Formats: sequence, C-alpha cells, structure tokens
Amino acid sequence: MLRLELDGISKQYPAVRANDKVSLKVAPGQIHAVLGENGAGKSTLMKIIYGAVRPDEGEIRWNGQPVQIANPQQARALGIAMVFQHFSLFDTLSAAENVWLGLDKAMGLAQVTERIRAVSGEYGLEVDPQRPVHTLSVGERQRVEIVRALLTQPQLLILDEPTSVLTPQAVDKLFVTLRQLAAQGCAILYISHKLDEIRALCHHCTVLRGGQVTGEVDPTLETNASLSKLMIGSAPPELAHRPARPGAVALAVRGLSLPKLSPFGTTLADMAFELRAGEIVGVAGVSGNGQQELMAALSGEDVRAPRGSITLFGQDIAAASPRKRRHLGLHFVPEERLGRGAVPTLSLAQNLLLTRTEAVARSGWINTAAVRAKAADLITRFKVKAGGPEAVAKSLSGGNLQKFIVGREIDARPRLLIVSQPTWGVDVGAAAQIRGELLKLRDEGCALLVVSEELDELFEISDRLLVIAQGRLSPSVPVAQATVAMIGEWMSGLWPAAGAQPTQEVAHAAA
Amino acid sequence: MLRLEVRPAPSRLFAWLSPLLSLAITVAVAGLLFVALGKDPVRSLQVFLLEPFNGLRSLTELGLKATPLILCALGLALCFRSNVWNIGAEGQYLMGAIVAGGLALWITTHQLPIDRWAFLPLAVLAGAAGGAAWAAVVALLRDRFNANEILVSLMLVYVANLLLSWLVFGPWKDPAGFNFPQSVSFASGAGLPRLVTGMRLHWGFVVALLAAVTMWLFMARTYRGYQMLVGGLAPAAARYAGFSSRSALWTALLTSGGLAGVAGAFEVAGPMGQLTPYVSNNYGFTAIIVAFVGRLHPLGCVFGSVLLSMFLIGGELAQSRIGLPSALSGVFQGVLLFSLLACDTLINYRLRWARGAA
Repeated sequence: MLRLELDGISKQYPAVRANDKVSLKVAPGQIHAVLGENGAGKSTLMKIIYGAVRPDEGEIRWNGQPVQIANPQQARALGIAMVFQHFSLFDTLSAAENVWLGLDKAMGLAQVTERIRAVSGEYGLEVDPQRPVHTLSVGERQRVEIVRALLTQPQLLILDEPTSVLTPQAVDKLFVTLRQLAAQGCAILYISHKLDEIRALCHHCTVLRGGQVTGEVDPTLETNASLSKLMIGSAPPELAHRPARPGAVALAVRGLSLPKLSPFGTTLADMAFELRAGEIVGVAGVSGNGQQELMAALSGEDVRAPRGSITLFGQDIAAASPRKRRHLGLHFVPEERLGRGAVPTLSLAQNLLLTRTEAVARSGWINTAAVRAKAADLITRFKVKAGGPEAVAKSLSGGNLQKFIVGREIDARPRLLIVSQPTWGVDVGAAAQIRGELLKLRDEGCALLVVSEELDELFEISDRLLVIAQGRLSPSVPVAQATVAMIGEWMSGLWPAAGAQPTQEVAHAAA
Repeated sequence: MLRLEVRPAPSRLFAWLSPLLSLAITVAVAGLLFVALGKDPVRSLQVFLLEPFNGLRSLTELGLKATPLILCALGLALCFRSNVWNIGAEGQYLMGAIVAGGLALWITTHQLPIDRWAFLPLAVLAGAAGGAAWAAVVALLRDRFNANEILVSLMLVYVANLLLSWLVFGPWKDPAGFNFPQSVSFASGAGLPRLVTGMRLHWGFVVALLAAVTMWLFMARTYRGYQMLVGGLAPAAARYAGFSSRSALWTALLTSGGLAGVAGAFEVAGPMGQLTPYVSNNYGFTAIIVAFVGRLHPLGCVFGSVLLSMFLIGGELAQSRIGLPSALSGVFQGVLLFSLLACDTLINYRLRWARGAA
C-alpha cells in the first residue's frame, strides 16, 4: 500500500498555474526526490501535502484512504512532518524550548528535553537541548528542526532544500540519518535542485517543470545531463572558461576586524586577502559565518572598518561611502534583490538611479528620458523579461530581476565587482547567463569577488577560492588545487594556518 | 462568501478610483446622518457640497481655507514619503504664526512704513524660520537620541500652543483690548496683498500653488527627491546606494516645518490681522488627512485641500443655515480618511465571490 498518493492535483494562482494535474506516489521507506527549478511548483505541491494550501482539484490518498488536509495541524495528526528551508526557531530560546513550542500535545519541558536526547542519540543528530538557538550553527539549527519533526514520529517527512545551508561533510551526515529513517519505514519527500545529491540519496525522482510532471525516473540510473534535461528542457549551456591573466592588485584587505553590530551577527577577525584585476576570487562558506558583515564593510554600507584595512587600487577606502567607492570603480550586487538591490515598488527605470547617476545633471535634475532609455537598453542587452522600463521591480521573477541588477552594475564598467549569491533563487538558464557575463567581465580585466553558498558555482567560475568560517578568512587556494572535500573541511574552520590553530570549540560549533 | 485575493500587480485604476469611492461613501454616510438628525438630506447635502462653490465670495473663502492646508500637507507628504512621521505640523504652524505675528507687531508698534508687497516675503521668511526651528527640535532629538518623532512632534504642538497662549495673555496682550487674550491689530502695511479686491483671499494662495508645483518637481525630477523617496520605501536599498538617512530626515523635517510655519504666518498676516489663541483651525492636523487623500502627491494635496476646505465651510454653513452642529465636518473628515484607508485595500487586492468554505 502506498503511503501517499496524489492524483491530478491542480492549483491556479491569479497569474500562474502552479500545479497542473500533478500525480505522485510515495511508498513507505522510499526516499522520493521532487526535482525542479525555482517556480516549477515544488513548494506549492508540498504546501498542499502539508495542508497549508488547498488544491483546486485532485485527490490525496493517505495510506490508501482519501483525505482532505485542511491545515498543518491536521497534517501533523496524520503523521506528516515538514522541515522548511527557512527555519522557524526563536533565537533567544533554547533548542528544547523551541521544540516544546512546536509540539501539539501537552508534555513537560523536562520530558521534551529527555525525548530530544533519546531521538538525537538514536539518529546520530547531535543536539544539546539546553543551548540557546542563537549560539547554534546553521547545521545545528537544522538538526533541531529535524529532531522536532521526528518527535512526532512521522510516517512521511518532507525536507525542503535541506542541504543549501550545510557543508559537504554535514550533508553526508544528514544522508546517513535519512537512510536510517527510511530503513525504518518512514517515507521521505526530498525537494531539491541539486542533481548529485538526488542521484546519491534518492530511490525515485519526480521531475516538475512549469507545474507539470515531466518525468518519473530512477535517479541512480540517470546522469546529471539527463536529469537536467528533464528539469529545464535542455542541457545547460557549457561555460567557456579561459585561464585568467591576473593584473595589478585591485583590492587589498589587511587586518580587517569588526565587532558584530547585532547580538546574532558575526564578528570579523583579522581578515586579509588580495584581489587582482582580471581574476575571479570565490568566497565559500556556510551562510552566517561573516559573509554579510564582510560584504557590508567592502560595499561601504558599514564604514566602521579600521583605517587602512581596505584599499582600492592603493587608495584607503575603509571609511568611504558607497557612492564614493562606486565613483572609484567598486560596484556591488547584494544578495537581497528586493529591498536592497532594488526598491520593490519602484520601476526598473527608477531603480537604475540607485547606483547609476549618468542621467543626473550637476544641478541634481534627472533626465527621465535618458534614464528610461538606459533601462530599456539594459533590458534588451541582458535579455530581461519585463514589461519594459516602467515595470515595477517586484513584478519581475527572481532571475529576471537579478539579470537587471547584475546588468546595471556590469554596464557601469566597474573596475572591481563584488557579487553576493549571484544565482540564489535564479532559474538555471538565467544562472548560466549571469555566470557567463561575470566571466566576460573578468576577461575584460575587471576584478571580481564572488560570495556564494553553492560550491559547484564557485568551482565553475572562480580562479582562486577563499573560505570564510566564524568570521575568519582562510588563505586562498587556486581552484585547480582545491577539492570539494578540502573546501568542505575548511568551511568548518579547519584550514592549515601558520600559527593559530583552529580550536576544539570552533570545530564543534561548525560541525 | 466574500474573499480578498491578492492582485498580481497593484491596480492603477483603483489608485485613482479609491479617493472617489471613499468620497462617495462619505457622502452616503452624510446623507444617512442628515436623515437620522431629521433634516432633509438633499437640502443638507446641497449646503455641504454645493454652496461652498457658489459665487465668487464662496470660492475665495474656499481658497483662503485651502491655503494653509496646501502648505502644511505638502510638507507632510514629503515627510511621510520619506518615512518620517511628523504629526506636529500644527505646532510648527503655530510657531510660524508666532514669529510672523511678532514681526508684524514690531512693525506696528514702531510704526515702520512698509507696504504689503514688501511684507509678503518677510512673512514667508519669518514663518518658515519659526516652523523650521520647531521641526529642527524634532530632527535633532531623532538624529541625536533616536527619539520617536511621532511623539516628539505631537507633544511639541502643546508646547507651541501654551507658548502662544502665554504671549497673548501676557506680554503681547492689547492694553486697550478689554483684557481679551489678543494682540493689537497689525498696521495695514503688515498684511498680505489681496488677490481679489473686496475679498479676504490673499496672494499667499498663489504662493501655496507655486509651492505645490515646486514640490512636485522636487519629488519627481530631482535626485535629492528621489533619494528621499528611496529612503522611505526601502531603507536597506538607500543604505546600499549610499543615500544618507540623516540628511533625508533633516530635509524632510525642515521643509515640512518651514511650510507649516509659512501657513501660520499667512493666516495671522492675512485674514486674522492680529494674534489670538485661536490662530489655527486645526489646519496642521487636518493636513494629515489631506496628505493621505492626496496620495502623498503634491498636486493631489491641492485637490485634497479644496475638498477638506469644502467640508470646513460646509460645516459652518450647515450650522448657520439649517442648525446642524459644525462638528459634523470633523465627523465627515474622519469618515473620509477611514473609508479611504479601507478603499486602498482594493489597490492591492480584489474582491472575489467564493462558493463554499474557503
């Protein structure tokens, strides 16, 4: 008997048909992958199973019985648990208190703590129930979420992009736990767009594209290329990567230390690196290890950096404003597109003015016709799908808005471009285009610093790699000499350092 | 069952329709109120809605009431767009009235020869200085100590009010005024040139209209205005772009304080001609409604001011003609703002009939 069966599920939103007659069969003990690009309808489908969204048509059968899942409480009562991509934990509470909050049944805190210890021991999910959540690494937080899900003894566990926040080693550990769970008869729905992981872990794979099922395959028999073809309809374009010809030093960071601004931020400790014209340096690391703080210090949004710690072409810019830095040739693409890289409710033309002031006269008068023409030019040049220069930023898909923002900065002919998460939440086609543009810019002699959580991406476009962990920066390593395993280890803060050795505590916190 | 559904994009049609719809609702509520009060609704609505536009005198009076509202609302629109919540235009208005009134008194007691055309720019400067100084207190406290500008600006209204009372009950009281709390009447030179002979409407109305056009150009066509808009809509984007939130705060408050101060100066130098404790008709607070009815757009503020002035005059007419309480105009203002906020929901949402349980 099937654990879960979806039959002809459809869901229509005002602008888009998110699910179109989707069928899905999950057997007990099966690890079932749901593969698809952003916007393919994976999230909607999972929300339907978890009772957060109601389908317009179609039937859900649970252990052979037709059911109507009205809300998440009912889903949990049936035995469905879900671990979301974005954690729902309170920073100021302990792990046990967080788990306790999420439980439906009345149970004492001491009892819950005991159960957490038991479950985490059984599945090798090391979690200290007493520690406040804000002291936990992202991997540990995810374990708290998984333990919370397991405490309800689910028959079906849904995991949404669980590995995007983990080091490669932590991913391996997670897979051990998931295989153990499956062996005990729990069905697992594993949502991802990472092909290697799906092929390594899953027994069965349902591929979604544009809200429809485009394939039902055994992933162990497939190649990345064949899965990718099912997912996006074609093989991803290959990047032409020529060896770099590094020139003069563009950016030099020395002795960059910054105390954290918020209690849950990261303190930067004595960071140092150099970036040369005509090369791409990638910064790898698990999110929340100081990437945001480093980016703010480099972009000028945070001007507390010690004097002389950041020099751009030999000029000290540690205290310069973002506009001054832009004037000197430093451009920046932040990871948040809406609200930081672009104002959601303003048009693309108006958003151009955030970083581009060619159309502003000395008197401060804006030549609106020139702004609109420039925006239209960027839309054509970078193949942005938008209603035109007057379309508001939030009406664009993530990939198209990212193309516009990256295009806006590239078109400014920067001498140094810093990009944070260039393809985060961007569909495969747009991601390939953006990476291609970055490489082209490098070949034109621009220096690039790329921060990304996607190791594959960094290996694909970088010439050298740096790793950030607990607010410290590793020495750089040429990509040719780096391996995924090695970078993964470095992501836990364990790199060979002259002098200061990583402490036990560091290793523990990142595990 | 009626259900709200998110629109894929905000509706431009409803952005325009919403103020009209809320006006229609207000008129409907007004009609029902008149019936409940035992008055003929048609006749009452006629007094409220049509008489203020009937004849040259009514029209000029409308412009006279609209002048301070336009000036105050323009500044508030800039503030609210920049995410600076200045609720104290009333206090800034009073300070402008005090400084300009003081200047007029000084001219009067020293019997300086000055004509109204020369006094107009002086009144603008004095009013702007008084209002901007009062708003600067708010800006300083917010900038230096991160004090909440809503509370500070609101509380400063009462301080300004008490200061004005002290002046007209004390040092500035007219010795020949039978102990009434009022100053001497200003010399005829310390007034504003009339726009239409025989009517009270003065050239300040033209100044207010020019201010609206200038503000519109500032918001829509200058980089400085753009920076303030971004700072209000997305503070993180403003930081990313490198726009200073401090300078936006100071610009917004000084501009709006200055404009409110000019409004106060025009009121004492224009129709009043002396200082009394009642130089404001709550214009500074009414302007908050005007700014929102006008969609925080300078030209919208002009229309909003005319609309709200109509309610003010309508209220006075309703009292004298058909014996209705003039407080009704306050009720209608409230209903108008309330229904406008409700109708604004339709810009981002649409109504759907959903069958069964949703």
